[in-house]
Amino acid sequence: MSEFLFEQRNTIVAFLIIGLIISLALSIVKGRRVMATERTDLVFGNPAKALGGWYWIITGMSFVMLIWFYFSWDAARAYNPKAANELCQVAKVESAIKPMRSQFPLDKQNLRGTDLIARDSAQLERINNNLKTMALKHSVEVEAAAILTSLHSALVDQANPVYIKTSLATEFKTIAERIDRLTANFNDPDFPGPPTVSQQAAADAQPGWGDTGKEIPVLATTPLGYRYAAVAAEIRLIAKDFVKLRNTSPHLLAQVADINSRIKDAKARSKEDLNLSIEEQEAHTKLYSQLNKMLKRIDDGAIYPPNSLDEIQSSLVAFDKTHIAQQGGLRAFDAWMMPGGRIMAGNSACSEQGSGRWLPKPSDTLGTLMRIADPDIGFKDIPLLWYRWQPVGGMIAFLLPDWIAELVPGDYPRHTQNGEIKSNFKSNVQDFVTGNYDSFSIPVPMGHMWDSIIRVVIGLFFGIILGVPLGLFMGLSRFAKGFFDPMVELYRPVPPLAWAPLILTIFGIQDDGKIFLLFMVAFAIMVISARTGATGTQLSKIHAAHSLGASHRQILRRVILPNSLPEILTGIRISIGVCWGTLVAAEMLAGTTGIGFVENVARKQSDYEVIWVTIIILGVLGLLFDLIMRAVITRTIPWRGKG
Amino acid sequence: MSDLVSDNLNMQFTTPSGLVVHALKDVSFTLKKGELLSVLGPSGCGKTTLLNIVAGFLNPTSGSVELDGKEIQGPGVDRGMVFQQGALFEWLTVAQNVDFGLRMKGADPTETAKKVDEWLEIVGLAGFGDTPTYQLSGGMQQRIALARCLINDPDLILMDEPLGALDALTREKMQSLVLKIWKETGKTIMIITHSVEEALMLGERLFVMAPRPGRLHKEYRLPFAEMGLTQDPRDIKKTQHFSETREEILSMIWDMEEEIMGGGSL
Repeated sequence: MSEFLFEQRNTIVAFLIIGLIISLALSIVKGRRVMATERTDLVFGNPAKALGGWYWIITGMSFVMLIWFYFSWDAARAYNPKAANELCQVAKVESAIKPMRSQFPLDKQNLRGTDLIARDSAQLERINNNLKTMALKHSVEVEAAAILTSLHSALVDQANPVYIKTSLATEFKTIAERIDRLTANFNDPDFPGPPTVSQQAAADAQPGWGDTGKEIPVLATTPLGYRYAAVAAEIRLIAKDFVKLRNTSPHLLAQVADINSRIKDAKARSKEDLNLSIEEQEAHTKLYSQLNKMLKRIDDGAIYPPNSLDEIQSSLVAFDKTHIAQQGGLRAFDAWMMPGGRIMAGNSACSEQGSGRWLPKPSDTLGTLMRIADPDIGFKDIPLLWYRWQPVGGMIAFLLPDWIAELVPGDYPRHTQNGEIKSNFKSNVQDFVTGNYDSFSIPVPMGHMWDSIIRVVIGLFFGIILGVPLGLFMGLSRFAKGFFDPMVELYRPVPPLAWAPLILTIFGIQDDGKIFLLFMVAFAIMVISARTGATGTQLSKIHAAHSLGASHRQILRRVILPNSLPEILTGIRISIGVCWGTLVAAEMLAGTTGIGFVENVARKQSDYEVIWVTIIILGVLGLLFDLIMRAVITRTIPWRGKG
Repeated sequence: MSDLVSDNLNMQFTTPSGLVVHALKDVSFTLKKGELLSVLGPSGCGKTTLLNIVAGFLNPTSGSVELDGKEIQGPGVDRGMVFQQGALFEWLTVAQNVDFGLRMKGADPTETAKKVDEWLEIVGLAGFGDTPTYQLSGGMQQRIALARCLINDPDLILMDEPLGALDALTREKMQSLVLKIWKETGKTIMIITHSVEEALMLGERLFVMAPRPGRLHKEYRLPFAEMGLTQDPRDIKKTQHFSETREEILSMIWDMEEEIMGGGSL
């Protein structure tokens, strides 16, 4: 069943989105109609206007769901499942051409050569200006200035068409022609022809978009895709050949050799000069390394005469136009249906970048939830919420202390000569209190969700049964207030998570530590709320109870306790919320089960679907707790605010 | 002898700023069994302090109060109390409020249920037993407070401005109810009030108290309560005797208030 749903998810999502759009539209129409008939709009600020209504709830929910479907690209996948694969091929072309494009004023303002000349001559000038301030010997300074002048001419001479190699011009032409030929092929609908059988088989074998996580099938599967993949392969080769080219004319090589030997000579001379101070030596070493660095930059031959690349540039512009034109509707689809990011091609894979990456698709999230909710799979071999058979004997033994057996008179049985061990009463008692006997089993809940819930429930339980009596006591007695107040007030303001490392160290990372931490949280809140409730009892009610003949104990039980109930129940409601938050953080810190643990593992694996699943589970459970408490409050204290 | 005897009662408070306030000074009186007393006075004259001492919620600084020859040491069932706001237990139903005292005593449940029905009948709330008190109006809540106090059969009923928070019509009805109960049960009743008309209508005896220090200023013996049992209260209020007494007391209290405010700067 769930597999079928997963396979059909694109169809389901497509219908769901249509349904959501219809319900959004209808509920807006309904809401506007209701608004038009209501007289409450006559008064600005009338609270009756803020009462909401189911139609606005549907509007809001539909809106949120549509936004989610849209920005997670689930809508895009539902209506065009091949789009990501095609855009992956487009991205391949873009990434293949990138090294070449970066030489031209296409993506930025300047030709690369212009940038290099500007940068390097500025650097040469800076070194020249600094010569005076460096502690150089005069002869060295003069020599350095001469070398800098030579470096500058080596730099600018590259731009002079007089010195350029004739072969280089031919090679530029070849590259431009290859690009033009590819552009022509690009426009040819038959290019590159049908895929081979093996290509087809490999493409069919790869998993679809999002079938195994967030990856996108990298091999082309559509005619458009084939064309782009072929173009990408060819343009990659052209770009490779282009970036290999260098303007290393004989003139440049001679200049470089000359400068190189002059630097070497100067270096050797200053090494032999024994009259140099340490300061001068250091300055010289620094100067020569700067000059060498500049020489290495300039001898690259990456600068060409100003108009020598014009042909290639216009070929590239023509190619760009074709590249964009050939995408056709896909480009509009990318722009409108896949917002907030794009598909990027790496060396061997394509991936979603942007909101499509960290905002998982609702259908995938639901699929992940169904997958880890399956008790046979679960998360880290533990189901989310399931049951197991537990022998009753073990559960009884858990409640009974083991030393009961020691109280039974007599000795434990000893083995006989034959090696037999006969049980006696004392050993039977021991077996009973340790659960070491066969008993029938009952199903008990288990799993990550159950572990989280039960920790909160137990921590809360102890917080209530210990905190409420103490709080009432503190509300009734000067001694208790004075004695216990500092203790509670010393630990309460510390954020619970600040206690966590200590508590988890003392009690261990298993349930004990977390339950104790939650107990501390709940206890402080319950003490304070019970105390507030007790001190808030109207004196006249206590007087009335006194004159009706009630004893102290009766007043406590029949007047003060019920009178404090609103505060106590509000305290429980707050405790649940705070405990829930603390628990998740504590489970992230340490532990091997629980929803917080699941989320933490998912975070380490960058598994966004599981992260969102845990967020949703935590939200729903938190909401459930609060709804239960709200129901309890309206049932048990209907008089609240009406007394 | 089941009289309420107050002997030279003195009460002093020290305010947080260190000021000593003489709330009651040398208050002595005797209230015979079955008498209906109303206590009137400007605010701050110590009438509520007096009531709290009689109820046992406060210990006098000196002097003593005796009921039936026994000195009052603390709150007790022999003195029933009705508060201004009812002081009902809103988590209980009407019946549970009324039988609160009996339940605390551990009385027989069937007997109790019968008594509750009787008292609800008397205060005009028959059939409201299972209603939560917070759903009732102020007048009804005050009737419950009355029934809750009377079901315990106290010797003395203390009322602290019991009708102060009610509207005029309800108030008049409740005054008749108090008179009816007084007649039918023959209880001793002490009512604190700040309404002169109410004090006249509900006072067989009337104490006017004066402030600073709080003391008994003047005592009246009045026929209106007795008349109220048989006649229409509005007719009583029209009589010359009633209006003359009312004017006399009003100007007396007016003068006291003036004195407090700093002497006739009107």
